[in-house]
Amino acid sequence: MSALARYLPLLLLAALWEIVPRLGLIDASSVPPLSAVAAAWWELLRSGDLVSNGLSSLQNLCAGLALGVLVGASLGVLMAWYRPLDDFVHPLVRALYPMPKSALIPVMILWLGLGSASKIASIFIGCLLPVVLSAYNGARGVDRVLVWSALAAGASRRAVLWEVVVPSALPEILAGTRNALALSFILLVSSEFVIGQRGLGYLISFLGEGGAYDSMFAGVLTVAAVGFLADRIYLAIMRSALAWRD
Amino acid sequence: MAGTGITFESVSHTYRPARGRPVLALDQVSLAVREREFLALLGPSGCGKSTLLYLLGGFLPVETGRISVAGAEVSGPGPDRGIVFQNFALFPWKTVKQNILYGLEKQRLPRVEREKRAQEFIDLVHLTGFEDSYPSQLSGGMKQRVAIARTLAIDPAILLMDEPFGALDAQTRGLMHEELLGIMERRPKTVVFVTHDVREAVYLADRVAVMSARPGRIKEIVEIGRNGRPAPEIVKSREFADKVEHLWDSVRKEALLAQVQRSEGG
Repeated sequence: MSALARYLPLLLLAALWEIVPRLGLIDASSVPPLSAVAAAWWELLRSGDLVSNGLSSLQNLCAGLALGVLVGASLGVLMAWYRPLDDFVHPLVRALYPMPKSALIPVMILWLGLGSASKIASIFIGCLLPVVLSAYNGARGVDRVLVWSALAAGASRRAVLWEVVVPSALPEILAGTRNALALSFILLVSSEFVIGQRGLGYLISFLGEGGAYDSMFAGVLTVAAVGFLADRIYLAIMRSALAWRD
Repeated sequence: MAGTGITFESVSHTYRPARGRPVLALDQVSLAVREREFLALLGPSGCGKSTLLYLLGGFLPVETGRISVAGAEVSGPGPDRGIVFQNFALFPWKTVKQNILYGLEKQRLPRVEREKRAQEFIDLVHLTGFEDSYPSQLSGGMKQRVAIARTLAIDPAILLMDEPFGALDAQTRGLMHEELLGIMERRPKTVVFVTHDVREAVYLADRVAVMSARPGRIKEIVEIGRNGRPAPEIVKSREFADKVEHLWDSVRKEALLAQVQRSEGG
C-alpha cells in the first residue's frame, strides 16, 4: 500500500475536523477547527508547558512500565517453574485480573501521597498482571525437549531457567509488554487527571477546566501521538529482538 | 573411560496423566547394550520405546527397576549420554554455531578450543557457511545435522537417538543414514536408536530389539551380523531381505495389537 493510501483516512479526518466547525455544522467552541488546535499546540510548545509536562509524563510512564515488566516477567516465569508459587499466586491473579486498576489510584494517593510515587505505582499495578500472565503462559509452553537438551549438555536447573525457559517465553513476554504499554498510557493519564501537579493528563484537564479548548485538544492530540509513536518504536525493538523467528 | 555398556534390569514405567487412569508404558524390560554397539529399538508407536530412551537419558525418573551405564546407576541427565530428538530440539534463538557452542560452554572448555571444536563439527556435518544461520532458515535435514553436531561435539560416550530421521523425507533420510554411519566409523560410540522403520533399523544397527505393543516388553532381539561390511553392500544381500521380512512380520503383529488397543481407547 502506498503511503498516501495508508494515511488517506487520517487526512480525510483532519480535513473534516477543519471544515465542519468552520461551516458551523458543529459548535466551534466545543470542537475548535484543526488549524486553531495546531496554533494552540505551537503556543504550548513555545511556552515550554508541553515539554516540561511531557517529560514528567514520560519519566513516570517509563518507571512504572519498567517496574511492571521486570516484576511481572520474573513472577510469571517463576510461577511456571515452581509449582507451589503457582498454587499460591494464581488464585490472586485470577481474582484481581478483571478489576479496573484505575480504581486503585485513590488508594495509591492515600498510601503514597499526591506525587510521582502514586502515578508510578498505579502504572506498575496496571502493567503487572498482563505481563505476569504472558510470561507464565510463555514459560509453561517451553518445549520439554529443549529443557532436556540443555540438561543433557550439562546445564544446571538454574541455568536452564535463564538459558532455555526465559528465551522460550520471550515472544509472549514481549507481546504482553506491548499490551502493558497501552495500559500504562491509560493509567498515566488517569492518574494525572486525579493527582494533577504535572504531566500531560494534568495539562489536558487544567486547560479543559479553564475553557481553553483549542489547547486542550492540542494536549489530547499530543498524548495520542506519543502513544502511537511509543507503540511503533516498541514494535521495531520487538521485531529485532525476535529476528530469529523468521 | 570405564566402559559404556548399558543395562536395563526389570525396568517398568507408569504414565500418570493429569486426567484419566495411569497407563503402564513399560513392563519389566531387561536389556543389555554392549560397548560401542549400535542397537536399534524397534516397535509400533506408543509401545514405550521413546520412554525407555528418556529413562536412560535420565529425563524421566526410574521408579521401578534399575538402569546403569558402565556399572553406575542412572539418576539424571548427564553429558556422557547425548541425545538427538525427532524434532531437532535446537534452540531457535541461537544460530547454528551458538547451538553447537552451548554444550561446549557447559563443559567449560577454553574459548579457543570451543571455537575450534564447533567449527570442526560444523564441517563434519557439511554445514560450512551456515554458521550464522538461525534454525528457522534451515531445512529439516540441515536442522537434524546441526542437532547431531551439537550432540557429538561434547563427545558423549553414548548417543541416544529418538526417531531422529522420522520427520525427514525419504531422500534426505537416506543421505542422513550414510552420513551417520560415516560419522560412527570415524568416532565410534555406543548408540541406542529408537525407530519404527524396519529397514532403517536393519540398515543401521548391529542388533535390533523388537518391542511389543503396550505395555512395552522386549519381544525379541535380532543380530544383524554386519561383520564389518559397509551398509550398502549388506542391503543387497539375501540375509538383509530375510531379516527385514522377519522383523517386519514381528513388528506388524505388534502394530495390529497397538491399533486394537487404541480403538478400545486403552
